[in-house]
Amino acid sequence: MNLEPALFYALAGVGLFAIGLHALFAYAHLLRKILALNVMGGGVFLFLIAIASRAAGPVPDPVPHAMVLTGIVVSVCATGLALALANRVQATTGKMQLPDEGGGA
Amino acid sequence: MSAPEPIADHARFTPARLVTLLLVVALAAALGWAVWSLPADSPGLTGQSLAQLPGSGVTNPVTAAVLNYRGYDTLLEIAVLLLAVLGVWSVAKAEPRADDAPASPVLTAFVRLALPVIILVAGYLLWIGSFAPGGAFQAGAVLAGGGVVLLLSGGGRAALAQEGWLRIGLVLGLAVFIAVAAGTMSVGGKLLEYPPQHAGTLILLIESAALISIALTLVALFVGGRPPGRSNRGLSEAGERKDGDES
Amino acid sequence: MNALENAFDLVLMLALLWLAWRALAAPDLFKGVVLFIAFGLLMALAWVRLRAPDIALAEAAVGSGITGALLLSALARSRRLERDNPPPRRRDP
Repeated sequence: MNLEPALFYALAGVGLFAIGLHALFAYAHLLRKILALNVMGGGVFLFLIAIASRAAGPVPDPVPHAMVLTGIVVSVCATGLALALANRVQATTGKMQLPDEGGGA
Repeated sequence: MSAPEPIADHARFTPARLVTLLLVVALAAALGWAVWSLPADSPGLTGQSLAQLPGSGVTNPVTAAVLNYRGYDTLLEIAVLLLAVLGVWSVAKAEPRADDAPASPVLTAFVRLALPVIILVAGYLLWIGSFAPGGAFQAGAVLAGGGVVLLLSGGGRAALAQEGWLRIGLVLGLAVFIAVAAGTMSVGGKLLEYPPQHAGTLILLIESAALISIALTLVALFVGGRPPGRSNRGLSEAGERKDGDES
Repeated sequence: MNALENAFDLVLMLALLWLAWRALAAPDLFKGVVLFIAFGLLMALAWVRLRAPDIALAEAAVGSGITGALLLSALARSRRLERDNPPPRRRDP
């Protein structure tokens, strides 16, 4: 068994992904969904960097580092656009949730 | 029924939500088992990356991976930055801060002290990225942080209203990157295959242009809308139609 | 020294998971966003522990700082919209 810290960081990344995924489904408020997406992204990045630090060699594997750097920047761009759209939804319909999410108060 | 309805979606233990929870837990268990059974030795790409480092133009393996080995990814990422600004500009208009209280004097004094240091740190991070942890993205993010704090303290709005320069700055990173890519193709190599003796210079050139674009993009995302101007009519705004558009 | 490092890693991971849960389940969105900013800073610590200083710099500046500023700005805009235009009373068909 390979009980090294990096493996537990990878498991923590999976846990973060699961927490974000559940929150994405459970809440109707758009800002919460955007927060959940960011947490999911953070979990995926944690997993990638943990795998990169397990690689053999004097330095960690730089290719997953490059991917995560790209991922962080794309994630903030998507968050900015999603927030603008969410504000637009609220300006148009009056509520900060998607029109087909009926039921919940 | 005059109070706005709160989106109180917490105490809803509906069956659907329970099923969702169980499914997510099952997915997490499956992923966890997959992670647990990863092989103990994973060579990764460290060996190849370090072997190619002398010809890549930089000494920091992460910068080499970002701008040389995976340069195409970075080119598309800068395009995504531009797309995000285009999307935000299509959806909303920047709101004037007319009704806000004046910025606190602590913030104003802090900005006056910190902004030159922030610019210096951004330049340092850009330069050191070739040899040590750093690079264009980190420097651009620090510069954007300085821009956000400047906007919060009330300054900088006049500079952001210079729409021509703003547009040039937003496109500059992508334009320089595409120019370098086209240049390497035109001298006979493949896309983004830098000649080894010029690789360091080309990478620094791309990073400098990208720094400006990244900082301006992140600040534009924070402003959250297109600058007000006669030529800016986005998607149909709810209710208003400006007819005084002399063109 | 190894036991201390392992203990630090364990506390960091537990704090990350707990902060993420509390940030998403916070009844007040402002508190949720502030907890998310703290979550981003702890992620930067995790990157340092995983020998990824470039990512730590980027996460602290972009993932925590800029994303936090974007979220707070959108939250303020949303509250202002709610205050100025109360949601319509009619039921959507």
